[in-house]
Amino acid sequence: MKKLFPALIVFTLFLALPQLSQAQCKSFAKKVCKLELAPYIHDGNYNAAILTEGEDAELYKTFYAHQQYRIYICSSESLPDIEFQVLDVNRNILYDNRKNDLSKIWDFELESSQQLIISLRVKNSEGTSEELVSGCVAIMFGLKED
Amino acid sequence: MVGPCVYKAIKSIGFACHPVFIFKKKCYFYLQMKFVDNHSLKLVTMTKYLLRLSLLQLLAVFVAVGTFSGCKSEKEQKKNDDIVQVDSIGIDEQLIKDVRTVKEIFYSLPSPLETAMILKQAGAQYNEELLNPVDKTTGYVTNRSMALNLGIYTTDLSYASLFDQTQATIQYMDAAKKMADGLGVLNAIDDQVIERLEANINNRDVIMDIISETIMTSSSFFEENDRQAMSAIVLVGGWVEGLHIAASLVDPEAELSENELVSRVVDQKMTLNTVLKLLERNKQNEDVQEILTDMHELEKIYNKIEVTSSKIETVTDEETNVTTLRSQKKTSMSKDTFMELTEQIKVIRDNFTL
Repeated sequence: MKKLFPALIVFTLFLALPQLSQAQCKSFAKKVCKLELAPYIHDGNYNAAILTEGEDAELYKTFYAHQQYRIYICSSESLPDIEFQVLDVNRNILYDNRKNDLSKIWDFELESSQQLIISLRVKNSEGTSEELVSGCVAIMFGLKED
Repeated sequence: MVGPCVYKAIKSIGFACHPVFIFKKKCYFYLQMKFVDNHSLKLVTMTKYLLRLSLLQLLAVFVAVGTFSGCKSEKEQKKNDDIVQVDSIGIDEQLIKDVRTVKEIFYSLPSPLETAMILKQAGAQYNEELLNPVDKTTGYVTNRSMALNLGIYTTDLSYASLFDQTQATIQYMDAAKKMADGLGVLNAIDDQVIERLEANINNRDVIMDIISETIMTSSSFFEENDRQAMSAIVLVGGWVEGLHIAASLVDPEAELSENELVSRVVDQKMTLNTVLKLLERNKQNEDVQEILTDMHELEKIYNKIEVTSSKIETVTDEETNVTTLRSQKKTSMSKDTFMELTEQIKVIRDNFTL
């Protein structure tokens, strides 16, 4: 029984890990990412996940005519750079941050409402490290009143 | 069934514990947990632990983890596959291959704050009669009704605050608090939030910030606690309320083609696709299934509206660095269809706020 106790600790820690990571991600998005949206107001939606280098994510959202938006891709410092593109529904590229020094911010407005896709990928680390790095990535949207 | 679960448990343990070696029929784990420090954002090692288990004990742990963690619903399994729980992990070729095929997909609906801003941008006026009365809060006792009305009251709150309706803003924040408390959302709207709101009731920027934070706290709470279905229901409630306000504010006698509010209602045809995907993803939940049926009714009417869009062109203002996405849209919709849509929105919204 004594020897099973450490096993139970590992088991408990194992089950708690996803929640710990998610809580850290929320705290990171709230304390760090939100600040970078200013002077835009954060829309309040929480789109964040723990991603590993080489991994990608996509977000589908309708953006409305005449509303000014800021997209901010916020990631942990431990992660390599993030590449992101904004695509239309036919996957035509409207913005690619690789052509803009891997900028994490893009400000835009639309003449007519459109459904767009935000596609991002965590780059692989340079060098020959034997460890894959993971961290929080949040896709934040800012709004501006006229 | 047991086979894949045990395999999954072994694979997951491999993520958290490394390296593992066997000596004299004992398994040795060196458990190293790393976290991102919120202040420095640097990777810090929190715990190191050396654990020794007999092969039998190890098997017991795998079976236990497999039972409790590996054998969840299909959706939860996929989610666990998608998320790597530690910041630094030992690797092998197969693991790299697995990770690279993983893809996280988000379906994002307009938040209550965005909905209110879109309404104002489209020329909406303030009409308190359209909002869900705050004295109905005591009637919402099921998770479904509280989640729907958390979204509805948060949209009403955002709408009232954008039109500088100070008294209504406080009342609707209080109504949203009751719904969040009922759903067990910790600290979404505590007394300090209400006090801060009252102290800054004439400062719209601060109010918007408070509302934004409130929305984020509740949505992230549901995500963290594996209650994605509740999160989806809250968002759909808020979205339907925005649709209800917009459609109700359209003058029935007005020309539809030149009306910005009508355009925003028609735009929701695109958002409805996202709503359906979000609900489909959570359809194992009975409350979601019910709402999905309502949304399919709405879809039938939206399918009668034809919308075509020209190719999008981008133009960036060098001074402001703001890009404009230029495109033209053509909508074909009869007045009868719009009236039918308005009626269906009313039916669904009345059902949500019963």
